[in-house]
Amino acid sequence: MKELVKKPVLRKGVGLVAVFIIVQLLLMTGVMNDYYFATLVTICINIILASSLNLITGFTGQLSLGHAGFMSIGAYTCAIFMMHVPPGWGVGAFLAGVLLGAVAAGVVGLLVGLPTLRLRGDYLAIATLGLSEIIRIIMVNLDITNGAAGLSGIPRFVNWIWLFVFTAGVVLLIANFINSTHGRACKAVREDEIAADTMGVNTTRYKVIAFIVGAFSAGIAGALYASYFYVIKPDLFGFLKSVDILVIVVLGGLGSLSGSILAAILLAVMSSLLQSFAEIRMVLYAVMLVAIMIFRPQGLMGSKEVSLALLKKFGKNLTFKKKRV
Amino acid sequence: MDQFMQQVINGLSLGSIYALIALGYTMVYGIINLINFAHCDIYMIGAYVGYFCLTVFKLDFVTTVLVAMAACTVLGVTIEKVAYKPLRNSSRITALITAIGVSLFLEYGMMFLVGPNVRTYPEITGLLAEKFNIGSVIVSTQQVIIVGISLLLMVLLQFIVKKTRIGKGMRAVTLDADAARLMGINVDSTISFTFVLGSAFAGIAGVLVGVYYNSINPLMGYLPGLKAFIAAVFGGIGSIPGAMIGGYTIGMVEVMVSGYANSMYKDAVVFAILILILIVRPTGLLGRNVREKV
Amino acid sequence: MAELSIQKLTKSFGGLMAVSNVSLEIKNGELVGLIGPNGAGKTTVFNLLTGIYEPTSGEITFEHDGRKTRLNKLKPYRISKAGIARTFQNIRLFRDLTVLDNVRIAMHQNAGYGLLAGFLHLPAHALEEKKIVEESINLLDIFNLSDKKNEMARNLPYGEQRRLEIVRALATGPSLLLLDEPAAGMNLGETAQLTETIAQLRDRFDLTVLLIEHDMSLVMRICERIYVMDYGSMIAEGAPEEIKANPRVIKAYLGEDVANA
Repeated sequence: MKELVKKPVLRKGVGLVAVFIIVQLLLMTGVMNDYYFATLVTICINIILASSLNLITGFTGQLSLGHAGFMSIGAYTCAIFMMHVPPGWGVGAFLAGVLLGAVAAGVVGLLVGLPTLRLRGDYLAIATLGLSEIIRIIMVNLDITNGAAGLSGIPRFVNWIWLFVFTAGVVLLIANFINSTHGRACKAVREDEIAADTMGVNTTRYKVIAFIVGAFSAGIAGALYASYFYVIKPDLFGFLKSVDILVIVVLGGLGSLSGSILAAILLAVMSSLLQSFAEIRMVLYAVMLVAIMIFRPQGLMGSKEVSLALLKKFGKNLTFKKKRV
Repeated sequence: MDQFMQQVINGLSLGSIYALIALGYTMVYGIINLINFAHCDIYMIGAYVGYFCLTVFKLDFVTTVLVAMAACTVLGVTIEKVAYKPLRNSSRITALITAIGVSLFLEYGMMFLVGPNVRTYPEITGLLAEKFNIGSVIVSTQQVIIVGISLLLMVLLQFIVKKTRIGKGMRAVTLDADAARLMGINVDSTISFTFVLGSAFAGIAGVLVGVYYNSINPLMGYLPGLKAFIAAVFGGIGSIPGAMIGGYTIGMVEVMVSGYANSMYKDAVVFAILILILIVRPTGLLGRNVREKV
Repeated sequence: MAELSIQKLTKSFGGLMAVSNVSLEIKNGELVGLIGPNGAGKTTVFNLLTGIYEPTSGEITFEHDGRKTRLNKLKPYRISKAGIARTFQNIRLFRDLTVLDNVRIAMHQNAGYGLLAGFLHLPAHALEEKKIVEESINLLDIFNLSDKKNEMARNLPYGEQRRLEIVRALATGPSLLLLDEPAAGMNLGETAQLTETIAQLRDRFDLTVLLIEHDMSLVMRICERIYVMDYGSMIAEGAPEEIKANPRVIKAYLGEDVANA
C-alpha cells in the first residue's frame, strides 16, 4: 500500500525538479534571455490565475468574471507594502508582501463571496464583474494607489526560484484539494446543488472556500506580477484581464488543472508569435475564442487530466493512424 | 431646486438611452438566456454608421437613424445566426464566452477599421440644436427627442409583444421553447425577430448618443452596455416595463451622483446598486420567480 | 417510540396547498409506504422532510440514538447529518462524475480529515481515503455496480442509475431512508429483485424505510403499514390489507381491480 501511495507523488516530484533544473540551466547558459524569461513569468502567473479560477468555475461551477479584481488587490497590497518598508528588509519584504497580498485578496474574496454566492450562473458572473469594476474604480481614485497612473518602481524580487516555488506550490495545493473529499464536495456542488446538499455537503461552505482559495491564489499571482514587472496600474486588471483568465480556463478545459497549464503555455506562445501583428491580434483572439466555443466547447482536455495512461492511449492512436496511412 | 430639476432632465435623457439598450438585453436574455455581450457593440456600430451617414454621405437625421437601424439589424441577425445559433444547446458558460468573443471581435475589428481615436459627431443644426427654458431649467430639443423616441419605441414594443402574433410567439418561446415548437411556432425565426428588434433599438440609441454626447470611439459600448444590462437586471430581466424603469433609475442615479457627489464614483455606485439588488431581490423589481422542480 | 414524527404539516406555494395538515409517525425499524395519486403531495412531503422546502406550519421531529432533532428549519445537509437520506423521483445523480465519486461524495460528511489534511495530503488523508473507497465498493457490490465504478453516472442504464441513487443514499450512513418511486421505469423482474433488496437492506443496515411507490405489488408485499395521500391531505393509514379494503382509498386512487385482488 505504501508503494501505491508514494509512486505518483514521486513521479510528480521528479518531473517538477526536472523542470526546475532545465530552466535554471537555460538561464545560467544564457539561452533563456530576458525576453523569454518575461514570457515565462507571464506563463507562470497565468497558470496560477487559471488554476485558481478553474477551482471556482471549473470544479465548483461558480462562474466568475472578476478574477482580475482579486489579482489587483494582491498586486497593490504587495507593491504598497514593499514600497513602504525599509530597504533593509530585503527579500523578507517581498515574501511578507506576497503573503499580505494573498491574505488581502482572500479576505475580499470572503466578503464578496458570502453575499453573492447565493446567486446562480449569469447573475453571479455579472455580480463578480461589477465587484471587480468597483475595485478598479477604487484603485483609480485612491491616493495611496496613485490613481490611474498607477505605481512604478516596485522592487523586483521575482526570480526563477520564487516563481517556481509559488507556481508549483499553488498548483500542487489546489490539485491536492481537488483530490480530497473537499474537492469532491466542490464537484458535487457543480453537478447538482440540491442533490449535493441532500447528500450532506454544506454547499455554501464549499462555494465560499473555493472563492477564498481562488482569491488568495489570484492575490499571489498579482503580487508576483507587481514584483516582476515593477509597474502596475488599474487598467491592467480590468474586464479584459478577467476574460483572458477565463479563456485560459475554458480553452484548457473546465475541471482540468493540467488543461489550464497547457492552455496558459499555448496562449502565451501564440501571443508572442502574434506580437508583430499587434493591430489585428485582438481580432484574431476574438475569432479564435468564438471558433473554439463552437467547435470544441469542452476545451483541450475536457475535464480529464494529463496522465501516463492518457498519453499512452494518445501514442497508440498516433501509431495506429500512421499504419493506416 | 433648479439645479435639481436640471439634473432630473439630464437623468431622463441618459436613462432613456440606457432603457433603449436595456430592452435588447432583456429580450434576448428572456428568450435564449444569454447575456448578449455583443449588444453594446451593436450600439457602438450604430453610432459609427450614423457618423458616416452624417459626415460622408451628408444624409439628414431621420434617414441616418433609419440606415443605422437597418445596418444594426443585419449585424444583429448575422451574429445570432453565425455565432449563437450553433450553441443553442450548449452550456451557459460556452454561450457567454462566445458572446464575449463576438463583443471583442466587434470592438477590435472596428478599431482596426476606423482607428482607435475618438471621433467628433458633426454639429447638428436647425431644430435639433434648439434649446429652450422652462423656468430657469434649460432643455434642449435633443433631450426632448431622445426621451420622446424612447417612450414611443417602448410603447410600440409593448404593443408588438402583447398584441401581435409574432409577439405571442416571443412570449411562448420565452416560457418554453420546446413546447412552443410543438405548438407550431417557428422558434428560429422568433429568436431572429427578437434580435431584429433589439439591434434596431441599439442602432437608434447609438445615433442618439452620438448626437447627444458628440464623441464616439470603438470602446464606447462597454460601460453603457454594462449599465444597460444592470438596468435590465434591476427592472427584472425579461420584463419590458422593467427595462424602462431600470434604465431611468440607473440614469437618474448616475446623474445625481455626478451632480451632488463625486463623478469619479458614479460607475461604482451603479455597480453597487446592481449587487445590492441581486442580493435583496435577485429577480429584479418586476421579474418572475422561477422555482426549480425537485 | 417514534423515530420520525410529523405533526400537522402544511406547505403552501402562494395560494396552493401542496400539503395540508398531514400527520405521520414511523417507528424505529418500520418499513412504511406512502401512496396516492399523482399530485397528491407525496414528493412535497419528502422535500419538507429533507429540508429542500421549509414548512409553512407544523412540526417535524426525528429521533435517533436518543437524540431528538427538530427538522423544521434545518438545511438539507444538516438533516443528512442527523441521519435521513433519500433518493429522487427524477434521478439526480452527479451525472458527469464517476459511479465511485457519486458514492464517495455521499460519504463526505463522515470523512475523518479536515481542510488542512486535504490541502497537504497528510497521512490522515490517505488513510481515510482508503477506507472511503473500500466502503464505497462494498456498498456498490450489494447492487452489483462495483464493476462500473469508473463509468460516468450518466452512461449507466436507467435501472442502474436508480440503484446507484439508493447506494448513494446508503453511503451517507442513514437510519431513515426515504425512497421516492424506486421502481419507476423498471420491468417486472427488476421490480421483484428490488423488492427483495429493499427488505434485506432494512435488516442489514438497521434502517427505517419510508417509500413512495406506484407499483402496488411492491408496496403491498413489503410495507408493514401504508399511508395514503390525496389532494395534499392524509386520507388513510393502516396495514396493507386494511388499505386495500378502505373505500375512501379505493375511491380516491386504487381502482376496482386492486380492491378485488
